[in-house]
Amino acid sequence: MILLSQYTLLFASVLLLVALGGCFAERSGVINIGLEGIMVIGALGGALVMKFLPMELGTSLMIVATILASALAGMLYSLLLAVAAINFKADQTITGTAMNMLATAAATVAVKAMNTAISGGSDVSSDIIYTRARDAFIVRFGNFEFNWFMVVALVALMISWVLLYKMRFGLRLRACGEHPQAADSVGINVYKMRYAGVMISGILGGLGGIVYITAGVSSWKFENGVAGFGFLALAVMIFGQWKPFRSALAALLFGFFRALGNVYTGFDLLKNLNLPSSVYNMLPYIISLIVLALTSKSSLAPKAEGIPYDKGSR
Amino acid sequence: MKKKSILRYDGVQTLVASLLCILGGLLIGYIVLLIIEPSGAWEAITSVLKSYFRYPRANLQLKYLGQTLTRTAPLLMCSLSVLFAYKAGMFNIGAAGQYVAGACAALYLGIAWHMPWWVCLIAAMVAGALLGAFSGALKTYCNVNVVISGIMLNWIALYLTNMILSTDGVKNPTSPYTMQLRGVNPGALIPQMGLNTLFGNEKSVTIAIPLAIIMALVVWFILNKTKFGYELKATGYNFHAAKYSGMKENRNIILTMVIAGALAGMGAGLLYLTGIEEWETSVSSVPGMGFNGIAVAFLGGLSPLGSILAAYFIQHITMGGGHVNLNVYCAQISNLISSLIIFLCAFVAFFKLAIQKRLRRQEEAALLTAKTEKGGEEA
Amino acid sequence: MEQYAVEMLHITKRFPGIIANDDITLQLKKGEIHALLGENGAGKSTLMSVLFGLYTPEEGEIRMDGEKVVIRNPNDANDRGIGMVHQHFKLVECFTVLDNIIMGVEPTSLGFLQKRLAREKVKAMSEKYGLHVDPDALISDITVGMQQRTEILKMLYRENDILIFDEPTAVLTPQEIDELMQIMKNLAAEGKSILFISHKLNEIMTVADRCSVLRKGKYIGTVEIANTSKAELSRMMVGRDVKFAVDKEEAQPGEVVLDVKGMTVASKQHGKDAVRNVSFQVRRGEIVCIAGIDGNGQSELVYGVTGLEPVKSGKLTMCGVDITKMPIRKRSVSGMSHIPEDRHKHGLVLDYTLEDNMVLQRYFEPAFTNGLGVLRRKEIRAYAEKLIDQYDVRSGQGAVTTARSMSGGNQQKAIIAREIDKDPELLVAVQPTRGLDVGAIEYIHQQIVAQRDAGKAVLLVSLELDEVMNVSDRILVMYEGEIVGEFDPKQVTVEELGLYMAGAKRGGAAQ
Repeated sequence: MILLSQYTLLFASVLLLVALGGCFAERSGVINIGLEGIMVIGALGGALVMKFLPMELGTSLMIVATILASALAGMLYSLLLAVAAINFKADQTITGTAMNMLATAAATVAVKAMNTAISGGSDVSSDIIYTRARDAFIVRFGNFEFNWFMVVALVALMISWVLLYKMRFGLRLRACGEHPQAADSVGINVYKMRYAGVMISGILGGLGGIVYITAGVSSWKFENGVAGFGFLALAVMIFGQWKPFRSALAALLFGFFRALGNVYTGFDLLKNLNLPSSVYNMLPYIISLIVLALTSKSSLAPKAEGIPYDKGSR
Repeated sequence: MKKKSILRYDGVQTLVASLLCILGGLLIGYIVLLIIEPSGAWEAITSVLKSYFRYPRANLQLKYLGQTLTRTAPLLMCSLSVLFAYKAGMFNIGAAGQYVAGACAALYLGIAWHMPWWVCLIAAMVAGALLGAFSGALKTYCNVNVVISGIMLNWIALYLTNMILSTDGVKNPTSPYTMQLRGVNPGALIPQMGLNTLFGNEKSVTIAIPLAIIMALVVWFILNKTKFGYELKATGYNFHAAKYSGMKENRNIILTMVIAGALAGMGAGLLYLTGIEEWETSVSSVPGMGFNGIAVAFLGGLSPLGSILAAYFIQHITMGGGHVNLNVYCAQISNLISSLIIFLCAFVAFFKLAIQKRLRRQEEAALLTAKTEKGGEEA
Repeated sequence: MEQYAVEMLHITKRFPGIIANDDITLQLKKGEIHALLGENGAGKSTLMSVLFGLYTPEEGEIRMDGEKVVIRNPNDANDRGIGMVHQHFKLVECFTVLDNIIMGVEPTSLGFLQKRLAREKVKAMSEKYGLHVDPDALISDITVGMQQRTEILKMLYRENDILIFDEPTAVLTPQEIDELMQIMKNLAAEGKSILFISHKLNEIMTVADRCSVLRKGKYIGTVEIANTSKAELSRMMVGRDVKFAVDKEEAQPGEVVLDVKGMTVASKQHGKDAVRNVSFQVRRGEIVCIAGIDGNGQSELVYGVTGLEPVKSGKLTMCGVDITKMPIRKRSVSGMSHIPEDRHKHGLVLDYTLEDNMVLQRYFEPAFTNGLGVLRRKEIRAYAEKLIDQYDVRSGQGAVTTARSMSGGNQQKAIIAREIDKDPELLVAVQPTRGLDVGAIEYIHQQIVAQRDAGKAVLLVSLELDEVMNVSDRILVMYEGEIVGEFDPKQVTVEELGLYMAGAKRGGAAQ
């Protein structure tokens, strides 16, 4: 039971971070299907720091450096979407899909090249191992492994809410996603705000990536990407109606079903059902489809999302 | 009259834009190779481009050309699926899952029930169509975006397929792969009809290749020549106008997704029923075939005929990736290049618009000078 | 020397192929209400875009308070105290009134919004100018009139001195129009200079001090309202005498074609019914016009009649056949033609060629599709060319022109050609002249009258009172989803209609 709640909280943290990222991009008017890819690149950035930063520097530095590296990697990668969608008015769905494919391919190529170079050709895998560094994030209370990333997610939630609803930045950002012409007419630079929205989504997506790959294991095979978690986060965001706190609740729900897949063998009841593990792997996706089918009829999506803003056509 | 620039033709614009995308993808890929290890980079990128041409003997070249074509067929089918749905205004990212469902149905019927190949192929189409219909129905009745439902269904299809194909008698007990069709039920293999003799007796060459090309022609015909194609494109361009003119817009959306799903499902059948490979039941990511189909559809300028060329090209360099020096580089460099190409394809609309704007400005300027000159004569 | 707040002197702006503004001069005095009159396409919006720095003119200059200024972008214009109420409001629907007002000039400390002071300032301004609106209401919950007041408050909050109103009355009830006129006068009295863009002569005569007229990109002149008449203004605007009346014979109504009994249609915007228990008939050989302020259920009434939305209750018959639940296609085939309200949303597939649009209602007929479901391209081309010729639809490349690249007037002509050539029993025309110039309007009115004279039943929906009075044979006024009055255009005044449209009177109907 402890394990279940621990995994639920961890997976919920991932989903929440990435879903909040989605909120920022979509609230500014850009659909970010590429979150999955941003997670991969963010994970790569964080994992590299965890692998190469010497542990002797202390746990707090390790934590800060890893977080910064993932956030930065995610943000830089999200610029691909920003440039294509905002400056070149490219189709956001195609761009996002391409980013997802590109991220896995690029991460694989990069990690393989690195492993090949370090090992002199004997290791051509796409794995990064970070066993020791991972411990920096974990504080054990009895059987419960508390992970600092849970705090990161909670802080991100609070900051997102304040930023979106209490600050000038949020008011302007939301205006750009709802009615960019109105925002422009009062002197708000729609392009800049959309850049900001996409880049914040890159930061949060990148963070989500590192949390995901360190959640249960101490090494990661980058060929596998992040197994559709970025997409689940999009479902969380839609179910959360593009609002931070509702997304948090949705993330807990989805996180719970995802966690079941990791720990179901620990429950006699579930174990006796004797279902193949694929069933548990499918569960979060099935739940999200059902939830979306029931709630999408009246969508509260930002009105201008996905529509490139063209200053000329006012 | 001045002669018209050849850039005026839409087909030419598409071709130029696509070539630019390919060039850009290759260039960035080359730079990545240079960063990894400069000394062998040129050799590596040429390996990718040469693919099977590296073999000195014509017979081997033909054999590998055959393999490339066998793998081109499903890719072409996936791209047809994507472009067909796109014409009706939907982004069928679910092609990947429909493809997986097709593989599941084809292999299960072939291995467990010993069905003949054509039954397996039809089953693959039906399985893909069902998944497509589900996406379409969710869109029309529950307003769920096709992209989101498609993504979710991709994963559901993947795990479901792993589960179904792991059953006893279907999965090879000693490996994570399914049983070989050639051994269990050769009747489920698509017939070769002598085509293999043209390709150095490559076993995997079957009538799957011409079937895929015929499907491309059929899709082209439906889209451009028929009433259904007219309705479908009208729905894609302007949903409201389609409704206004009394087209059954919801039925058309579901029907489109059914056809798109069937195309992707058939693609899987055309690959797995050649016996060229088996399904790996432990795979934990959705096969890239459907996603590559998106790349091909856009690289081919969203035309079924363009897709044939684009599918061959993408498959050609994907196979070429296996020929780089694996002690230094890795085969995924081809995936990197093809994903870069799709990324650049997102800019195609922008490129084309820029070309058109330029042409229009030139024309108008010419018109204006013509007018002024004429005015001068009159005065 | 006269003191001008803004002067636009000899402005010339060319676009490839056309001169949108040809040596135009516009001088706005301090504290006056200055009307800018012109048809669609006369160059009014180009001129305003120049003032807001969206376009750089090739020739001419802008002066403010006598000094030459360069305005590079809308922010420059805002900084110089120029504000505008756009025809289509620039308001974020899911924000509050206050949020919309402060957006762009938010009072903050450390980036946090400080709304309390702003709220008080807005309340004070509302009081001062009589612009009553609740600062904490959501835009989506308030009336169009209140939304417009929000737009005005937005300008006042920024302490703009030059206020531009772009076609502000199109969406208002007559009462709201009166209030707006009063507000404009108050603002001018407070020293604000107002530019009032309109093509409605009555309103210009009521409120403006002076009026400048543009026609086809050229400056025609500026007149004192006190020394002019409606007839003179319209002559300046159109370039010839305009017949306000449409030539037509007395109507000869025949048997009933459309019979609507107790129709109710649900609204998509809100939970209430948009059309409530409406009954009326349209006969052969008459034009029945539905009049009313925008948003009182006219659109939904048409959706119900044409089948774009299902009706909740009631019964519709056309030529004696029950069509209540009939699909759109079947209604169309049985003799209903529909010129839709929004030609871009419903009327055309803009990315299709003109010929493909011409057969949008008939492509499935055996004449255009063979038994195997293959289109007969040759026949489609021939048919489209016949219509293009007959209805004088002009386009760059004839039948193969993309609809998107055609002018609004020719797009509308194409739709009218398509719908009339179907030889319908009933023609439903919704705002068929919206956004068109006088020439096109006259043409379309002639076509509609010709249909009537050919024995068709015509149901016309219009927001323009002039059109209502001139074209129709019978007027039904809609207010909040109900028909509140039925009139003979020859026996009713515009003022009387206005009262019904505003809901102040009801019951004149002979339902």
